[in-house]
Amino acid sequence: MERDGPVIRVLVAKVGLDGHDRGIKIVARALRDAGMEVIYAGLHRTPEEVVEAAIEEDVDVLGISLLSGAHMTIFPRLLTLLEARDAKDILLVGGGVMPQEEVQTLKRMGVAEILLQDTPPERIVESIERLVAARGPR
Amino acid sequence: MKQESQLQRDSQGEDGAALGRLERSLRAWEEGALAAFLARRPESKPEYRTGAGLPVKRVYTALDVAELPLEEIGLPGAYPFTRGAYPTMYRGRLWTMRQIAGFGTAADTNERFQYLIAQGQTGLSVDFDMPTLMGYDSDHAMSLGEVGREGVAIDVLDDMETLFAGIDLTQISVSMTINPSAWILLAMYVAVAEGRGYDLHQLSGTIQNDCLKEYIAQKEWTFPVRPSVRIVRDTIEYCAEHMQRYNPINISGYHISEAGATAVQEAAFTIANAIAYVEEVTRAGGDVDDFAPRLSFFFVSQADLFEEVAKFRAARRVYAKVMKERFGAQKPESMRLRFHAQTAAITLTQPQPYVNIVRTAYQALSAVLGGAQSLHTNGFDEAYTIPTEEAMKLSLRTQQVIAEETNVPSVIDPLGGSYYVESLTTRIETEIFRILDQVEALGGTIAAIEQGWFQQQIADSAYAFARRKASGERPVIGVNTYVEPAEEAPIETHPYDATTEQRQIEHLRQVKAGRDEAAVERLLADLRAAAAADQNIMPATIAAVKARATMGEIVTTLQGLWGTYREQPVF
Repeated sequence: MERDGPVIRVLVAKVGLDGHDRGIKIVARALRDAGMEVIYAGLHRTPEEVVEAAIEEDVDVLGISLLSGAHMTIFPRLLTLLEARDAKDILLVGGGVMPQEEVQTLKRMGVAEILLQDTPPERIVESIERLVAARGPR
Repeated sequence: MKQESQLQRDSQGEDGAALGRLERSLRAWEEGALAAFLARRPESKPEYRTGAGLPVKRVYTALDVAELPLEEIGLPGAYPFTRGAYPTMYRGRLWTMRQIAGFGTAADTNERFQYLIAQGQTGLSVDFDMPTLMGYDSDHAMSLGEVGREGVAIDVLDDMETLFAGIDLTQISVSMTINPSAWILLAMYVAVAEGRGYDLHQLSGTIQNDCLKEYIAQKEWTFPVRPSVRIVRDTIEYCAEHMQRYNPINISGYHISEAGATAVQEAAFTIANAIAYVEEVTRAGGDVDDFAPRLSFFFVSQADLFEEVAKFRAARRVYAKVMKERFGAQKPESMRLRFHAQTAAITLTQPQPYVNIVRTAYQALSAVLGGAQSLHTNGFDEAYTIPTEEAMKLSLRTQQVIAEETNVPSVIDPLGGSYYVESLTTRIETEIFRILDQVEALGGTIAAIEQGWFQQQIADSAYAFARRKASGERPVIGVNTYVEPAEEAPIETHPYDATTEQRQIEHLRQVKAGRDEAAVERLLADLRAAAAADQNIMPATIAAVKARATMGEIVTTLQGLWGTYREQPVF
């Protein structure tokens, strides 16, 4: 797909212990098919590992999938780490199953977007493109 | 070609003549009444397919099963078991209604068990939390935020004693959904049973213990593939000797399906895994007829009703042939595939959650029509979180309606002989054998896992399904069709008790403070030695858990010997 500007770089990973990787693989593939550079860091990652990898890979977006229910523990931790590493220009995007009120709380805390179960692949691509455009060049 | 087959049939006398007449009348119907009708009113789609993508015709007739020998259909409880595992099926005993439960601490889950038993549930099924499934203690850094959340937290033997307090384990069968750390839970179960003075041969139940599908689909592991399979071998051998009524493994397609596989892939990959386990045990000198009768299976019952029934029937037939022809099994019980079924969690939707009750009921019906030995029906609220008591009761009632009101259980394999279901059963069987050949060509199941082959196949199917869903080609009520404006929190969900983690860790600390450290160290060293010497690790594990070694300590001890596993992810 043709886009203006540099190619969007995305690192996606599963944090915590849950092994539900069906969704994240679909997302990774949809983003790749849309012309983005996608790195899938795999399962059972720690917040420290994924933040380190996101900085090292110089990505625009860090996409974290969680179906374990531990999102209210893990996303705040990721935000803290990104801030501590002076990497708040990396957009943190979440995916999985979470109640609406917790989605709102996470967004207020600084998670750029939460894409819940059953979000169509096209909508995910659009969201990422929109978020990166809104952030502007680095 | 057609003329030739007709000639053959004609030569078979009366049946052949009848088929010949049928073939002529079918052609006349297609060219006449059907063609005229289609000209006026075309069908809704240019082609029709099953959930797995197999093409389906508009109507099936005796011609579609004309080539199928009647012995392939057979009779219930007899080779090749197409029609069912037992001669009387549900007339003799209904399937076990086994609703899974597990959350919080052992005491929390014990309370749910008591409730389910009071509601008429006939078997127990335990769900463990993520740390327990992965072999971490509750106080490990990786366990943060996950203790007791998606299942019950078990760290030491005391937790297991609490989990089954007040429940007579000789009277109810207990299934435990646990895999890489399964042998430790089995050891704890044995320790509880011995502590109560039970004869181990009286215990009935199942541990999932299917590590291969973990690498393929569910992605829980503690060790590399080969030592994991060796542990499975140890448990199979241990149970064959000490626990004759216990199923030491539940070879599972469920998670393969939930990860994205089609019905055909689910059945084929599961049987490929079964082959790998049987090879492992027989290679170590086990006689197939000594352990195969206790191998058990677990499949999803997904949305495509007839395809699911055909899948269950085909899986039984393929397994029977594999066990007989490939492994030389002699006992019919070694060729008989028994399975637990669970409705498909992936089909549950958050929008319009009550529709999930209806979906689940049809899926449950396909499991019963397919001859399941036990069944779990999902709660309608499980697209949100683990189910409430009320949702679980409704799921159980769904099974009770099928069992007691529909009259379905009165006749064995009632779809047997259906032109469509028989034809689809045979088609799925052919596809399964084709996939098994592919796996062979890759060097067998373990080699194919190490090459990421199954993983890639599943990712491809999952992606194709997601695209069909996004395009609307695969309708999902409430999601891509009949969509309603979102409601705010339409249902009550099961709350997570935020004190669980702290309570569990505190309890673990107390148990550790009260144990004999020197004994624990010595027993862990014994365990490592047994593992290194390729002795069965069950006795040493049982001794270690009795001395209050924790699950995490046992896993770490053997990781020192075998290392850990890191997937090379494919998407």
